[in-house]
Amino acid sequence: MDAGAQWAIEVAGLEKTYGERRAVDGISLCVARGEVFGILGPNGAGKTTTVEVLEGYRRADAGSIRVLGLDPWSEGEALRPRIGVMLQSGGLSPGLRTIETLRLYTAFYDGADDPEQLLARVGLTDAARTPVRRLSGGQYQRLSLALALVGRPEVVFLDEPTAGMDPRARAATWDLVRALRDQGTTIVLTTHYLDEAESLCDRIVIVDHGRVVAAGTPDELTGAAPRHEIRFSSRPGLDLAALAAAIGVPLAVCTEDAGEYRIAAASDARLVGDLAAHLLAVGAPLDALSTGRTTLEDVFLQLTEEDA
Amino acid sequence: MNRRAVLAQARSETTLGLRRGESLVVTIGIPVGVLLFFGRVSQPTVDGDPLAFLVPGVLALAVMSSAMVSLGIGTGFDRRFGVLKRLGSTPLGRPGLLAAKTLYVLAVEVIQISVLLAVAVAIGWEPAGGIPLAVLFLLLGTIAFAGLGMLMAGTLRAEANLALANGLYLVLLFLGGMAYPLTRLPGGVQTVANLLPAAALAESVRGALAEPTDVPLQSVVVLLVWATVLPVLAARLFRWEE
Repeated sequence: MDAGAQWAIEVAGLEKTYGERRAVDGISLCVARGEVFGILGPNGAGKTTTVEVLEGYRRADAGSIRVLGLDPWSEGEALRPRIGVMLQSGGLSPGLRTIETLRLYTAFYDGADDPEQLLARVGLTDAARTPVRRLSGGQYQRLSLALALVGRPEVVFLDEPTAGMDPRARAATWDLVRALRDQGTTIVLTTHYLDEAESLCDRIVIVDHGRVVAAGTPDELTGAAPRHEIRFSSRPGLDLAALAAAIGVPLAVCTEDAGEYRIAAASDARLVGDLAAHLLAVGAPLDALSTGRTTLEDVFLQLTEEDA
Repeated sequence: MNRRAVLAQARSETTLGLRRGESLVVTIGIPVGVLLFFGRVSQPTVDGDPLAFLVPGVLALAVMSSAMVSLGIGTGFDRRFGVLKRLGSTPLGRPGLLAAKTLYVLAVEVIQISVLLAVAVAIGWEPAGGIPLAVLFLLLGTIAFAGLGMLMAGTLRAEANLALANGLYLVLLFLGGMAYPLTRLPGGVQTVANLLPAAALAESVRGALAEPTDVPLQSVVVLLVWATVLPVLAARLFRWEE
């Protein structure tokens, strides 16, 4: 048995081509049991193709793929009872009611969750008798999520789970994902919301053009590109050369965008003091001064734009 | 295959099928309407009892409506809405889903045939002939028309599939020798009609219910060919995602 194995998912050299287009071009990744693993990338990067290979929907052209020790394509029958899937969109019969849909899925799994309790957990109790065709976009997503969980799966795949949800539903979904992780469920999610990846995931890969361009914990990823910076607002059109000279940094690290200034340098008291003195000397205002480290968004944009 | 999953899915398919009003019109309403209208109001000119001609025809029509139209249109929209895809990653799986849809068609046919036979007896039809043979032909017809329905559902866009399935239903009703004998059609049309699955099914069932020795061999052969070719084509060409 693979019950004691460390990895829930092991992928090496995954390739998938559709006609002329290479959707996935050699992705390798490992997901540990019990972790929340994020796959982040722009549209068309290969996120969904990768997840759909793991779910057993598509056969890889090349590479070794193991989910819970099984090949999702050839051993799907053994794997399917142990995984839960939330598609990026669609999947539900418009004519069935919410509770009917959930009850149907409970018949698919041994030891399934109680449908009423699960509805309460995703906040759909009031919509239990509503036909699927009348659910709002966010309610539809929450029902899809409930269906992914009803079989008490060991691994859950969530393809952009909070797309189209209002902020409250989104927060509730995040709580649900954290609760699942606390029960030991392994979760693989794709997202294009950077804050979602940063606050929810234990580890992240950033995928672009079918390849992994960065991998690590959110902290490692933001630390991998140590771009500390100082941001402030002032009068547009300040002389950047004079500014750079006054605070003792290279001109190249200073940029302006319509009165919003960024200086890519680690902040310290001396630098901020010199900046304030310079602005005072040239009679310019100093508003909204902030300092900080790079966000995951900056890393993401930097990595995915470099080869664009 | 997971039996509990298949039965649950079959029940859900049947619930949905009975909830679709337009599906009931095609599967029950029209066959019963044809039987009553041509059986009581405007009887076809045939040798012998008009009901002995009509009842096998509407049984064939019933099979065509459930196996081709209802199954095909439902599956086409399942494909459009991603239902086929989603169920593919549950323990039900694709083979289980096909088994459930088969059970659904058989369940609808049992309801259709019960209603039609009750109406037929009520207006004076007397059962005769080889019932087991007629059931065998109806099953063969189910395989042929389910093959055709799934072929269209798995290759066309949902709207095109909807239009084509309903259109074919009408054309095959006219060319199927169901409500009036094929001999009323011009010679060339008759020849083509005899090679189509609808007339082959109607004629086979009619022969079986009259006198099993009367079964027209050509119709049985045509039915067998369609019942082989259409499911094979469907299995090869079916795409699970639109």
